[in-house]
Order: sequence, then C-alpha cells, then structure tokens
Amino acid sequence: MNRASLIFAALLLLAFPLSLLAGRVWIDPAETPNAALILMELRLPRSLLAMVIGAGLGAAGASMQGYLRNPLADPGLFGIAPMAALGAVASFWLGYAASAYALPLAALTGAALGMAMLALIAGRTGGIALFTLAGLMIASFAGAMTALAITLSPNAFAMSEIVMWLNGALTDRSWNEVWLAAPLVAIGLLLLGLASRSLDALTLGEEAARSMGVNARVLLWLLIGGIALTVGASVAVAGIIGFVGLIVPHLVRPLTDRLPSSLIVPSALAGALLVLVADCAVRILPFVTELRLGIALSLIGAPFFLWLLIKMRRGLV
Amino acid sequence: MTLRAENLALERGAKRVVDGFSIAPQRGQITAICGPNGAGKSSALMGLAGLIEPASGAVTLEGAPLASLHPQSRARAIGYLPQSADIAWDVSVANLVRLGRLPHRDRGTDAVEAAISALDLEELRHRPASQLSGGEKARALLARVLAGEPEWILADEPLAALDLAHQLRLLAHLRSAADADAGIVIVLHDLALAMNHADHAIVLEEGAMAASGPPQEALRENTIAKVWSVHAKWIGEDGARALIT
Repeated sequence: MNRASLIFAALLLLAFPLSLLAGRVWIDPAETPNAALILMELRLPRSLLAMVIGAGLGAAGASMQGYLRNPLADPGLFGIAPMAALGAVASFWLGYAASAYALPLAALTGAALGMAMLALIAGRTGGIALFTLAGLMIASFAGAMTALAITLSPNAFAMSEIVMWLNGALTDRSWNEVWLAAPLVAIGLLLLGLASRSLDALTLGEEAARSMGVNARVLLWLLIGGIALTVGASVAVAGIIGFVGLIVPHLVRPLTDRLPSSLIVPSALAGALLVLVADCAVRILPFVTELRLGIALSLIGAPFFLWLLIKMRRGLV
Repeated sequence: MTLRAENLALERGAKRVVDGFSIAPQRGQITAICGPNGAGKSSALMGLAGLIEPASGAVTLEGAPLASLHPQSRARAIGYLPQSADIAWDVSVANLVRLGRLPHRDRGTDAVEAAISALDLEELRHRPASQLSGGEKARALLARVLAGEPEWILADEPLAALDLAHQLRLLAHLRSAADADAGIVIVLHDLALAMNHADHAIVLEEGAMAASGPPQEALRENTIAKVWSVHAKWIGEDGARALIT
C-alpha cells in the first residue's frame, strides 16, 4: 500500500461515520427517535453505496487515463457512462425494467460498448486529441439517443422518472442497490487491478509495451470488462455521476510515482471519499429540494476540466 | 540465442512494406539497417522484434519462431527501443528504468542499478521525465531496455533527435552493450555513423534488401547512388569516414 492509499484510507475512515450522522436531520444516536432504524435502513446503505460507486468510478478513471495515455479521460466525459445510461433507458423503454436484472445488464452492456467503440474509433495509436474527440462524440451520440428515447416515451410519468434518474443521485437507495452494485464493482476493480502492470508499460507507448510482453488484446478486454462493470454498475444504481474519474486521479497522481499501477488503489479510495463527501454535502445544503449528486459533481467537475485544459494548453497546441 | 529472419515479408494494412528480408545478426556486434525514407526499415526492425506478424517467412529465436514464444519470454530475450521518445506520465528516471523489468515480473534491483550506472544516470535518477533534455531522455530510454538484460537490443533510430556529441555518446553506450555480448540492431539514417560504427550494414530499398555486408561493402558509393539517387563520395580513412555530396 503506498502513501496515497494510506492517506485516503485514513480520510475515508474518518468521513464514513460522520456521513452516517450528516443530513437534513443530524442524528444524535442517543436522542433522535428511531435513530437505529434511520441509520441501518437509510443512512448506512446510502453511505456504502456512495463509497462503492465512488471507488468504481475513481479506479475506472485512473485506468482509462492510463490506457488512453490521456489525463483528460473520464468515463462520464468520454461516453462510457452515457452509453451505460442509454442501455438502461433502452431497457426502460422496451419495458424490460420490470425484471430486476434487465436494467443493470443493459447498463453494463452499454458501458462495454462505449469502451469498445472508443478503443476501436481512436485505435491504439490515437493521440490525445483523437481520443478526446471520439469520447465526446460517443457521449453526445449516447446523449442524443437517450433524449430521443425520452421524447418518444409512452407516458409523461415514465419520462420524468427517467430524467430524474439520469441526473444521478443516491436519494432513497436501499440495501438492494448495495447488494447489486458492490459485487459488480468488486469484480471490475479486480479486472482493472490485473491490467495495472500492463498500463505501466503503456507509459512508453503501444509498441514498447508490446515489446515488453504486453498482450494488447488481453489488456483491451480487461479494460473493457473492468470499466463496463464499474461504470455500468454505478450508472445502473445511481444514474450518471460524472467527473469523479477525471478529478480523482489528478488529486492522487502527485502523491504517487505517477505510474498508472500506483494510481488505481488510491484512486478507488479517493473516489469513494469524494462521492461520500459530495453526497453528504448535497444532503446538508439548504435547498428546498435536494440538489442532485450528479449535478453537484458536474458543477465542480466542469470548471476543473477547464482548469486542466488551461494548465495543459501549452502541451496540447 | 541466435536471432534470425528468413525471407521475411511484412504487410501494413494491404501494403507489402518488407519483402525477402533475411538477416542473421551476430551477438557482440552492431548491425545497422539503412535505407531511404519509406524503405521499410522500421517495419523490418519491428518484424525482427516480433511486433508484426510475418505475412510470410519467419523470425526465429534459437530456432523457434517468435510467434510460438510466450510474449514475455520473447520480451526477456529481445529488448526493443521504439523511435518515439514519448513518455505519457511524468515519471522519474529511476521508475522509467524500472519499467524495463516488466518482462521479468521482478524488481531486478541489480540490473536496474547497473543500467542506471552504465548510462551515467545516477545524478538524474530522481528527475522527472519532463525535465530531461533530449540526450538525457534518450539515455534513460536506452537504460530501460538494458534493465531488462536482453540478449538482443533492437533500436529504431535511437540517434535521430540527438546532436553530434550525444550521438557519439549513445553509440559508445551501444558499443559497450555489444562488448558485453548483446547483439545490437539499429536503424540508422546517418550513413557515416553506420560506416564508422557498425560491424555489419544492411541497405533496404522499397522493402527489399539492396545490400548486406560489412559497411565498407554494403555502403559503397555505387549502392548509395542507386538506392538514394545521390552521387556521394567517401573520404577519410576506415573508422573515420565522411560522406560528401
């Protein structure tokens, strides 16, 4: 475990118990009526789910950046999460959502397709600009298809349901979502972990990596599988929560030796921390209705992306 | 282990870029692959490294086709230095060199230290890649290959972006690797460097072998005239020749 992992694990240990108490109603375990019930059935699953999703998105972002050799890569921004959402919406629309497993399965398939499309379009030699453009195009295609599905939706009620869900939130999530997402994200993290040494080799480019014994096809499948599972599962239970995969690796990288393999575990921990804290913040902020988590993170993430662009400007032009 | 290409043909997309390429480089020697732009030098080198599947013919390591080897055992025997000096993340020199141990899946501290010291990188070990000069970066990237302790080092124009002093310095490093019994195969643009520093030279023209032999024979003036369409003349003495046009 490296230094960055220890730091974020410690912060997470601190934030987790606090997150259980934080909310519109602050819980004092001794005073609040039904405190145990609220903690066990509402706050605990919500906090756990935030951490599961955050861990998956953080690690997915770190791995994607390593694979694409592009510090701007993010599963949300580059179309993976939007493709997962498209898959999920398609399953709504086709009426399969009645079955509990159809929606997550459709979301995973969408995410896998998104990652495969990105790898195919931009190829293995694509530069930062090509990957970024391809990612943004996949994202806007998925967004347009999702919008089409919504406008064609048979009734207004279903429509507003979809729109609310797309914005990404952890409101009213229960243990069911935790049990659904946790194993999928865990397997995804495992696959990304298996890919990590090969991602290090990619630091020197595709050809150098292959000359060092990296099997490009195996690596691609590990990435597609790992990202589909982590991102697909998180979209399936919480909608699109963007920018976690972009922000987190940047915060973690300066604390490590900067190789992708050193980034994956601390990015998972830092992602868990970021989503947990952000979800507490949207619960506490005094708005009439709760600010959607996905919107809140985009409000932080978009300026962050711009700041990165400005910082990288010299290198890109 | 002997590395050998026999009648190798390579394709990029539908285009045949190398045809009838045969080479049996020797350990302890520097073999230079020369040729005009687009002659297929880089493809031939990649084919020799096992990075392009042959369309026909074969590359063998100790008699076994490269394609039949596990990629990691191939990687332990053959180190490949691509032309691109692009380093995606701002890693330190020491971590960059350590990447060379990936084919071995170990830390290989001794080999890494030996590579760092062989290329005079001790003082730069903690310096991030972004703060290296062209010459320092070229040395660090070669050290990465050396850290894998390969028997064969295949380098694609390792001298391209370097000034004269750094070219000679890197060539000296390659020569000491050859003296340590590695086989070196490099793509070289500069014919004078090939003439003065290689033990064997191969000239490629449109994917086919135009000449192969000791550089004094392979890089004769009439070969240069035919392949490069340049009428040039060698002056000076063996080991210190210059090409004038």
